[in-house]
Amino acid sequence: MPLHVKVNGLALKKGYNLLISGLDFTILPGEALSLTGENGVGKTTLLRTLAGFVPPHAGTIAFSHNGQPLENEDAQARYIHLLGHHDALSPSRTVAQELDFQAGYLGGNGSRAVDALKLRPLLDLETRYLSAGQKRRLSCARLLMASRPLWLLDEPMAPLDADHRALIGELMRDHLKDGGMLIAAVHDPLPFETRTLRLTRPTLAEREAAVV
Amino acid sequence: MTRPSPIIALIKRDLGLALTRGGGPLLGIGFYLTLMAMIPLSLGPDQAVLTRIAPGLTWLCLALSSLLSLERLFERDFDDGVFDVLRLGPLPLEAIAGLKCLSQWLGTGLVLSLATPVVMIILGAAPQTALMALLSALLGSLSFAFIGGIGAALSLGTRKGGVLMALLVLPFYVPPVIFGAGLMQAVQTHGSPWQALAFLAAYALFALALAPVAMGAALKSALS
Repeated sequence: MPLHVKVNGLALKKGYNLLISGLDFTILPGEALSLTGENGVGKTTLLRTLAGFVPPHAGTIAFSHNGQPLENEDAQARYIHLLGHHDALSPSRTVAQELDFQAGYLGGNGSRAVDALKLRPLLDLETRYLSAGQKRRLSCARLLMASRPLWLLDEPMAPLDADHRALIGELMRDHLKDGGMLIAAVHDPLPFETRTLRLTRPTLAEREAAVV
Repeated sequence: MTRPSPIIALIKRDLGLALTRGGGPLLGIGFYLTLMAMIPLSLGPDQAVLTRIAPGLTWLCLALSSLLSLERLFERDFDDGVFDVLRLGPLPLEAIAGLKCLSQWLGTGLVLSLATPVVMIILGAAPQTALMALLSALLGSLSFAFIGGIGAALSLGTRKGGVLMALLVLPFYVPPVIFGAGLMQAVQTHGSPWQALAFLAAYALFALALAPVAMGAALKSALS
């Protein structure tokens, strides 16, 4: 069993505001988990916490690889891709430059991703000239360049057209088939069967107890 | 095909950005030369006075010009979300911050240092002092870049953090200015420059050692 993530009694805070409390789940290779819930419930914060960017308010997130626990965030980071709200692109650099940099930095080869995501006609454009959907496709390229088991995706499909939604859906399915796992915050369901985790706001009493 | 290491990839990207975005080093150089040109206009063209104050004023102008590009050091990548990718890469945040400062220095500080002997000679310093001026400016601008990086990391996320950053950073620009100007004074009066140069180098090493740790901590809190 390569990678295994277990979340236990997780509570998240943003400022003084308690977002999620008492969250438990486990995710195993080949599994996909959809996070749903109303705006502001904490889907993005949960993904960023799993990526190790935000410390949890309470509870634990345990990563283990082949039964060995991964202790620190730097070790965990090697196993994670996060696709956030922002596409992580510098507006003044060309698509080819961004792909080169990401391939060199994360380790991997860009050419397979370029073909899979049909980015070849865009290579010479500066990223500021791309549409929202093209930017999203470009940022998906790093998922394919550097192979990592856990994908954390924040509204991955939102700016894409129908054809490209199908394409990205296909890539996600391939990833799961290869034993990868993904956790995606979504409003529209993904184009394949996933487990769904519906996030709800904590009760007023819990929120007040967490203010102290 | 050999793959470039993540360190090379990051320096290549940041150096490219430092050289192109917002006018790149031209902005700093333009500011530097304009400040320098205003000095004889405000003080009068008396050669004896200018020669005496040339080193001190050049160092002051160098410190102020080094401040200019600092605001953009982390802010663009912060706004674009590029830090999300950088943090999930193979380098710790401290190393990322240090490499960004190094690229910034290669892109602007180095160019400002190369202009420093020219500026000093135009203001009336003796041409024989050029080599020492260049050497000290290299060390000084390196300290400015790394100490400045701490200010940039601390003021990250505050809108219009530029003035706050200048207030945070300028007091720590004082030692290199003192050592640098003192060194040039010593060179002009044929004293020994080595003591001041050693202090300047020590301060640069201090900045190189301390700044990545401080920037890493500041970035971690700004990015959470």
